Amino acid sequence: MKHSTLNMWVNGRAVSLAVPEGEILLDTLRERLGLTSVKRGCEVGECGACTVLIDGRAVNSCLYPALTAEGKHILTVEGLQQPNGELHPIQQAFVEEAAVQCGFCTPGFILTAVEIVGTGKRYSREELRKLISGHLCRCTGYENILNAIERAMNESLEQREGEQP
Amino acid sequence: MRMRIGESLIRVDAHAKVTGQAKFTGDLLPRDCLYAAIVHADCANGRVLSIDGSAAEKVPGFVQLVTSFDVPDTRFPTAGHPWSVEKAHQDIADRPLLTKRVRLYGDYVAAVIGETRLAAKKAAALVKVEYETYPPLLTAREALGATPLHEEFPDNLIAHSRIRLGMSYDEAKASEPEALEFVKRYDTQIVQHCHLEPAQSLAYMEGERIVVVSSTQIPHIIRRIVSQALDMPMGRIRVIKPCIGGGFGNKQDALVEPLAAYLTTRVGGRPVFLELSREETFTDTRVRHPMSFDVKALVRRDGTLLARKVEGWSAQGGYASHGHSVVANSASAIKQLYRDALGLECDVRTVYTTTPVAGAMRAYGIPQADFLTESLSDDIALVLGMDPIEFRMKNKVEAGYVDPHSGITFHSYGLEACIEKGRAAFDWDKKRIAYSNQQGPIRRGVGMAMFIYKTGVHPISLETAGARVTLNQDGSVMVQMGATEIGQGADTVFTQMAAQVLGISPHKVHLVSTQDTDIAPYDSGAYASRQTYVSGGALKRACEMLKEKIIGYAREILGDVALDLRDDGVVEADTGVRKLTLEELALEAQYSLRRSEHLTAEYTNNCKDNTFSSGVGFVEVEVDIPLCKVKVLRILNVHDSGVLINPQLAAAQVHGGMSMGMGYGLSEELLLDQSGRPLNGNLLDYKLPTAMDHPDLETDFVELVDPTGPFGNKALGEPPAIPPAPAIRNAVLHATGVAVDSLPLSPQKLYEHFVRAGLIREGEEHV
Amino acid sequence: MFDVGSFYRAQSVEDAVRALAADPCALPVCGGTDLWVRNREGRDSGASYVSIQGLPEITGVRLDPDGDIVIGAATCFRDVAEDPIVQKFIPMLGEAAEEVGSPQIRNVATIGGNLCNGATSADSAPSLLILNALLVLKGSGGERRIPVEEFHTGPGRTCRLREEILCEIRIPRSAYQNRHGAYIKYGKRNAMEIATLGCAALVHLKEQKLAEVRIAYGVAAPTPVRCGKTEEILTGLPAHRETLERAAQCIRGEITPRSSWRASREFRLHIAGEMLKRALAEAIRRAGGHIDEA
Repeated sequence: MKHSTLNMWVNGRAVSLAVPEGEILLDTLRERLGLTSVKRGCEVGECGACTVLIDGRAVNSCLYPALTAEGKHILTVEGLQQPNGELHPIQQAFVEEAAVQCGFCTPGFILTAVEIVGTGKRYSREELRKLISGHLCRCTGYENILNAIERAMNESLEQREGEQP
Repeated sequence: MRMRIGESLIRVDAHAKVTGQAKFTGDLLPRDCLYAAIVHADCANGRVLSIDGSAAEKVPGFVQLVTSFDVPDTRFPTAGHPWSVEKAHQDIADRPLLTKRVRLYGDYVAAVIGETRLAAKKAAALVKVEYETYPPLLTAREALGATPLHEEFPDNLIAHSRIRLGMSYDEAKASEPEALEFVKRYDTQIVQHCHLEPAQSLAYMEGERIVVVSSTQIPHIIRRIVSQALDMPMGRIRVIKPCIGGGFGNKQDALVEPLAAYLTTRVGGRPVFLELSREETFTDTRVRHPMSFDVKALVRRDGTLLARKVEGWSAQGGYASHGHSVVANSASAIKQLYRDALGLECDVRTVYTTTPVAGAMRAYGIPQADFLTESLSDDIALVLGMDPIEFRMKNKVEAGYVDPHSGITFHSYGLEACIEKGRAAFDWDKKRIAYSNQQGPIRRGVGMAMFIYKTGVHPISLETAGARVTLNQDGSVMVQMGATEIGQGADTVFTQMAAQVLGISPHKVHLVSTQDTDIAPYDSGAYASRQTYVSGGALKRACEMLKEKIIGYAREILGDVALDLRDDGVVEADTGVRKLTLEELALEAQYSLRRSEHLTAEYTNNCKDNTFSSGVGFVEVEVDIPLCKVKVLRILNVHDSGVLINPQLAAAQVHGGMSMGMGYGLSEELLLDQSGRPLNGNLLDYKLPTAMDHPDLETDFVELVDPTGPFGNKALGEPPAIPPAPAIRNAVLHATGVAVDSLPLSPQKLYEHFVRAGLIREGEEHV
Repeated sequence: MFDVGSFYRAQSVEDAVRALAADPCALPVCGGTDLWVRNREGRDSGASYVSIQGLPEITGVRLDPDGDIVIGAATCFRDVAEDPIVQKFIPMLGEAAEEVGSPQIRNVATIGGNLCNGATSADSAPSLLILNALLVLKGSGGERRIPVEEFHTGPGRTCRLREEILCEIRIPRSAYQNRHGAYIKYGKRNAMEIATLGCAALVHLKEQKLAEVRIAYGVAAPTPVRCGKTEEILTGLPAHRETLERAAQCIRGEITPRSSWRASREFRLHIAGEMLKRALAEAIRRAGGHIDEA
């Protein structure tokens, strides 16, 4: 299989690689870049464990050709922490609301939460259920995950309102 | 001093999991790793005649083909049970590494090793296998006496166990001519665990030793099984369990570890990663036993349950795995949960079938049993015109109950309190009246179910757990246990326990989360809701022993004073005045020229206790009759699980079980076609609930101190999955008057029931 | 790794058409959420994939001066659902877009890809059928315009030629102006679901009568279908509850769903009638009608 060059941004860093044309972004991230937070759960876009943000939008990386990421900005949870190691508020919310059990679905959910909270909109709990419906979890019944995202959303909105002139 | 038990301590592994630092098996692959793919049988019952790898060999990246003709003839047991030295109690050793005799669709016939995932997968797809096929055997009843799947079981019957209490059913019937008789059949379906991380193992060699890194709940048992499968001494086998992405009982079995271990020996010890796809995990690992029960029940008009006669059939699938233990457990719960005033006859059979292999799954036969008992109770209550709770109050197991066969005792009895809590929280009495006699297409109902569940497996099987604790020079402790964190929060509650006994801050407890059988003391692993009770008991005692040693050493320095450990220090027992920090003590003990001692303690808890936990599930549903859909409006579980070590994590466990129970009740089923081929073994067609399919999940607890639990605790991890399905079924009965006697209550099934009940008239409008 | 012969990112529609024409093993891929699943199953192994994802000339929604709505085929479902033109003039299509898969899928899967798969279960299809959509295809032979009703030729098959790209979906003004519709998807769970049945209904009311009715289903036949017989019977009838009952009866005589392990024919017929009642009721409500008024 032919190789092509791929230039993209991953967690804020410019990355340049030569990858086989059929390479899946999931494998590029996990195996070439060591970003093992991106998980392989089903390979058909049904579980959400492989979710990453591409230019701010949640995408199942198991169904995304690596070459399509050319020029785009990819975010995984490894890119969420502050440089000093402090957790992103959404990561902190997941920790404090006991939204983590086995942890396999967790990175995917966190990134979707980053997209949700990043819209700056206020969503009802029902709307949040729909927004996270692309993720399966077998451990939590989604309950504490919703609590964590609601909390992060509310904290973020409060902060935005506080910052307004 | 701060109480650590009952504190909602933040999970000790949460940080690693939200940052991606937590490593799972597939995150630990060495650079020179090879990949294996399995060649699966595409018939459900048959014999392999030939295997042709010539096309596979041509695939670029092909390394080696291993077929069932190449592997040793050894057969081994796969069940996650501690081994028994009594042959009669040993698990059935019927699994080969690769098979020539096909016993289920997807059976493992050969394996290809390749340089890349794609190479192995492509090559495996090109391996040509010829089969002689036999008719599939899809149910336990039809498989009994049909073509044997295993020579040792000529009629496919693995076991038939009986419970006989009191007088026979016929005698009871003869003695109560006025009694009402109920004759029913209840059926449950095949469901799968669907842990988010598919089954996978990595194996490589270090010199003569085989190392298996695996997503497993039972590392020490895996070591023994790999040793049996490869006929290799256990000391040469090392099993490492990193973070795992859920198990729910599927990983309480040897899934691909023996094969992975064998394959690495075929490539000179090079690392081989065997990762099952989601589809393979669905149909070629383990599932929950589908069960079918015929019941006759005799009830006095005043609601007294007089006698029951139960015949249960459990479809094992092609290999024994956990075998008869599961339905035997179901039979026990049928016996335990209700009192038969006159007698009980219960016969349960487990039969080999050419279907996905059934094994352990959360609550081990009790969800099936509970579907039977709780549906039956509501069916009886309906005919008697009795409130379903009143029927249960009249006939349920009482405080102080001792199982006549196992001796397990209901030491701390919270069942009635759970029922009362649920009843009040749901406004049960009002709603039962309000929702009777509804008209119209949309109707509501409330239903409930209760359950009983033991803690660990004594005396049915061995209970044993080891714990080792060591004092570090900085006053912190290392904790090494064979008990596994599988997502349920074991590492965190053990941290709290150690902190409690040693009087130290939780952040000073360093619990080794990865089990490495070279280092971790033996523990049977995560199952039977046993770890907090049995492994916790080992840890508690080990910490007490370490505490004695610490205090003993401190008295060498401080003199003959009564001392205690509190707030990270050594204190005077009576006054609480701190004499030394634990760090000071530790440095002295470690480095003293007078006398150096590495303070450490280890304890094996051969637990000979058991105790019942119990609880209830309450559900309110809205049924859209014309669209055949059930919406759960409210759901509540109330648990009698003793003292909660960590209330927040306890509630989280309950949430997960409720979700699983709702799936079991409404949407999950693994379907097979007439040839035994799975139809929907993937995450699109197998209907796991999404976030849009649940309401908020409500939990409550009755916290009694159980005298046998190390901290007053008893079984919590599995029970939450038990009551939701029957409670939903009973709520639908309340809403519509329609009794659905099989799971799940899928729209198709509801349609057929509603038509039969006249609620939907085919070809015309609804009522 | 996807098992591809090659993967080429086209620079323009013209470039894509050229690449497709040049290689008989070439096939176009856009969002890929269905095609990559196929590839993983071993179908289309070794194909030469020509990616048209993100091509600006076929992405986005615009309103032509004559009032026709033009949807770029490579517009992802999320962007269709959130588009202000869609929300204002054809909200039914936006709602159907919101039913597809999951948020992650909707961020990538395109309305054009959904149609070109030819699946009877495509969530976009019933709405497009009753909006009288016109499909614009470009190939080496030039441009073709095909009414969506003629697009599906069999299960999983369309009349798109191998080397053609679907570029635009045009909704004529006459199809949507003063018309109101609703799409109902029936599934066994509420997300990440392929329809057991999909029903779209659109009405135009005049004096509380159904001056115009359009009905279409997914999964009621090998392809998505318009239900002309029932439409004819209902045209001119009052927009009242009794008419809905009549509609349910008619539709059960018109569509021919099949039995499969997923659902039986009888069950599909039954819910088809019920779904039509509810879709019509909602369409009528949006059109300002009142089904229970005398």
